[in-house]
Amino acid sequence: MLVLTAVAVVRMRSLFAIAMLSGVFSLLSALLFITLDAVDVAFTEAAVGAGISAVLVLGTLALTSRFEKPTKRSPALPLFVVMVTGAALIYGTLDMPNLGSADAPAQLHVGPDYLERSVEEIDIPNVVTSILASYRGFDTLGETAVVFTAGIGVLMLISGLSRRRRRDDEDDESEEV
Amino acid sequence: MRHHLILRVITKLLVGAIMLFAFYVQFHGDFSPGGGFQAGVIMAVAFILYGLVFSLHNVQRVFPPWLVHKLVALGVLIYAGTGVVSMFLGYTFLDYGSFVPSHPSSGQHYGILVVELGVGVTVTAVMVAIYYAFAGRPPRLSDEEW
Repeated sequence: MLVLTAVAVVRMRSLFAIAMLSGVFSLLSALLFITLDAVDVAFTEAAVGAGISAVLVLGTLALTSRFEKPTKRSPALPLFVVMVTGAALIYGTLDMPNLGSADAPAQLHVGPDYLERSVEEIDIPNVVTSILASYRGFDTLGETAVVFTAGIGVLMLISGLSRRRRRDDEDDESEEV
Repeated sequence: MRHHLILRVITKLLVGAIMLFAFYVQFHGDFSPGGGFQAGVIMAVAFILYGLVFSLHNVQRVFPPWLVHKLVALGVLIYAGTGVVSMFLGYTFLDYGSFVPSHPSSGQHYGILVVELGVGVTVTAVMVAIYYAFAGRPPRLSDEEW
């Protein structure tokens, strides 16, 4: 399903349909995360990927044009690069432990420690929250700062607050004159 | 958008439910999946949905841009402020045990709640601010072209 959607996105020319299909793609990958038992991630993917980013992409579409320009260059080189990268990634997954295997490095490093100590020290049932907000509090503070910075950056780039204010000032001046 | 009757009625029904769900995800994050980030996004979706159906002007009357811009910073301040408070109480930065020294794990509960609130506020405000920034520009496409 994911692959089908991805191929459809690549083949399409109508940007509106592509925006919608990327939303579908996000929703499908959210389902994938649910089957992997990563409910928190699935939650985020569904809300951000399928919800907000679709709206933002549509908003961008309204500001630009509706159809992709046909490219003149041959797709051979990009296709080759993508194939090589994909092959490298698949080759990399061959070494990975099986899904849910008990001796995967992820289960042996700090994970058991958190699971054991969380009940006693934090005493909330959701260990994901206790790790995110307490053990890894600095990380989450950094993430919040990243979101904050991203928001400020977008605002400065496209909202044109200062420009509008300046124009208002000019209007005031011209009225005074 | 005067003519989309079904959209408008359904939106009115949904916005309240979405906000309620956002608060649930926010404050029930200790017990079930979710937390500040997810809750913030869901809350922002409520405002964006309202803005899409009832025009930008109406949603900006409910949630004015100046307030959004203040909240973007307020969330980070709440989070970092929690750390500073725990420093003033004689513990390390972001050590929530400091809030209830006699019972550190309930101190952790308060700390996580406040910190997640900070994350939620920032995420909501940033998402809504980005939406305002995109939607606030005059579109080049007319409605018929869609």
